[in-house]
Amino acid sequence: MSRGKPASVVTTGHAHALYVHGKSPVHRLPPECKVAALLVFVIAVVATPPRAVWAFGLYAAIAAAVLAVSGVPRRVVARRAVVEIPFLLFAVMLPFLGPPPDVAVGPMELSTVGLWAAWSIVAKGTLGVLASIALTATTEVTDILEGLDRLRVPRVFTDIAGFMVRYLDVILGEQRRMRVAMLSRGYDPRWWWQARALAASAGSLFIRSYERGERVFFAMTARGYQGHMPRFAREEAGARSWVLALALPTLAAAVALATATWLETPR
Amino acid sequence: MHIPDGFINGATSAGAAVVAAGAVGAALRKSGQELQRRMVPMAGLVAAFIFALQMLNFPVAAGTSGHLLGGALAAVLLGPSMGLLAVTVVVVLQALVFADGGISALGLNVLNMAVVTSLVGWGAFIGSMAILRKRTSSVVVASFVAAAISVIASSIAFAFEYAIGGQGGAPVGTVFTAVAGVHTLIGLGEGLITAATVAAVLVVRPDLVFGARRYELETSIQVSRRGAVAGFVASGLAAAVLLVVFVAPFANPNPDGLESTAEQEGFIDTAADNSVGGPLAGYGVTGIDSATVGTVLAGVVGVLLTFLVGLLVFRLFSRVDQSRLDRSPGPP
Repeated sequence: MSRGKPASVVTTGHAHALYVHGKSPVHRLPPECKVAALLVFVIAVVATPPRAVWAFGLYAAIAAAVLAVSGVPRRVVARRAVVEIPFLLFAVMLPFLGPPPDVAVGPMELSTVGLWAAWSIVAKGTLGVLASIALTATTEVTDILEGLDRLRVPRVFTDIAGFMVRYLDVILGEQRRMRVAMLSRGYDPRWWWQARALAASAGSLFIRSYERGERVFFAMTARGYQGHMPRFAREEAGARSWVLALALPTLAAAVALATATWLETPR
Repeated sequence: MHIPDGFINGATSAGAAVVAAGAVGAALRKSGQELQRRMVPMAGLVAAFIFALQMLNFPVAAGTSGHLLGGALAAVLLGPSMGLLAVTVVVVLQALVFADGGISALGLNVLNMAVVTSLVGWGAFIGSMAILRKRTSSVVVASFVAAAISVIASSIAFAFEYAIGGQGGAPVGTVFTAVAGVHTLIGLGEGLITAATVAAVLVVRPDLVFGARRYELETSIQVSRRGAVAGFVASGLAAAVLLVVFVAPFANPNPDGLESTAEQEGFIDTAADNSVGGPLAGYGVTGIDSATVGTVLAGVVGVLLTFLVGLLVFRLFSRVDQSRLDRSPGPP
């Protein structure tokens, strides 16, 4: 596990690689409050009409403030925001593909509809990603799952998720070992016409991971596993935490409601 | 395929969320009945496995890349309801933990990547098994077909959502053909990986494959390799042709879409003149009908051509592999 290239997602320690250790107020909020806050904030952002540009400025300020308080390095935030890039590329294409009326920007004719759509995707997508990063950088995955539990998400769901998070380590470690083995034999499949090699390794990866996981499962059964992971008894989130967590998202929701009613009424 | 926030409008996202929640709710109720103690860890493993598979983004055509979806694999290994739950877990965690796919688009993403893939995949699996002889190799073939069809169905679901609530701009026909075209290729990759995984599990632990437990399978210990491959290829080809026949008419109203499909399939010169022009000129049928026929014909020709090229490439590579095998002292 510790040898070779460090895993891209998961470390060997108990903490997830996405988690940035800290003791900020954002870190200390109960996970269920943070998950609820994220949901409210993102829904507010998405419900806001794109023409309310100032509202997005406010949302960006909220996201930036939360990230600043959390003390997550800007470098980490930027690195993690790359998941958005494929859709940003799509957004860049829209002004060229969209229907008329066109507007002349320098030598190019750009579609106004396309420009607004591109702005909408870039603004909402980026804010959504930033908000998610604020959650995951300050909350360990197991805590997020516990938060989901507290939010009355069905137990089967969080149990599967819990196993998934734990098995991910096993699979990625196993996959890395197999890949190193393949590379050291001089084969490096990375294109779709090499899918056969990929398919063959996928099969054996599954079996190898399953058999490792099964040994873990038997060990757990021997130690009294009853079909549910025990949760640490933690205090229910108090009213203060809820107010603190939901204050800014509620502001965003109010702004979204206001802009949606005023801007969407026909002029 | 992970739709971010703001890509599809709010109403469509909310509608998709309701449909997805209904399906997940039904799956939860069902899983409560059939849930065995062993199923949850297995579902967790399948979820983690699919998560790892989805991290493999591989380049498909110029500039675009796609990843595997895994819904059919989950359905075959876990059954439709547990499979649906496992992939839902993957998609939800990706949105919550990895910021991959928007929170408000969660309904859309769960619908496309978990509900559609696992249900269509399971349906295709059952359907294929109904036709095939009940033996172990058939499960592998059916898994291949199920995976390929499920991925394409998922891309069609995305295109429909874009048509209903896509934010501005891009013509729906173009989006449809681009997405469906790319995912036809991904579907083949997904089919291969799904079939390989199911085959590997069937050999070592047949008891773990939910889809195989349903049937009284002839344990054909030594299926002739050639026969299995031929069955594989034939059913995949049949699935692709069927798909083109049913799907191509949707792309028809937009000539750009057709042209780009043709271009992608690399038969624009032949098909544009013969198949599309042919019915129009020869039979003298005018209007949409003839264009539909033309599209379908062009699509079928495209699939056959792609298949032949694919077969050639496959042959080439399997020869190379065979020569390597011959040199190695034992089985790989």
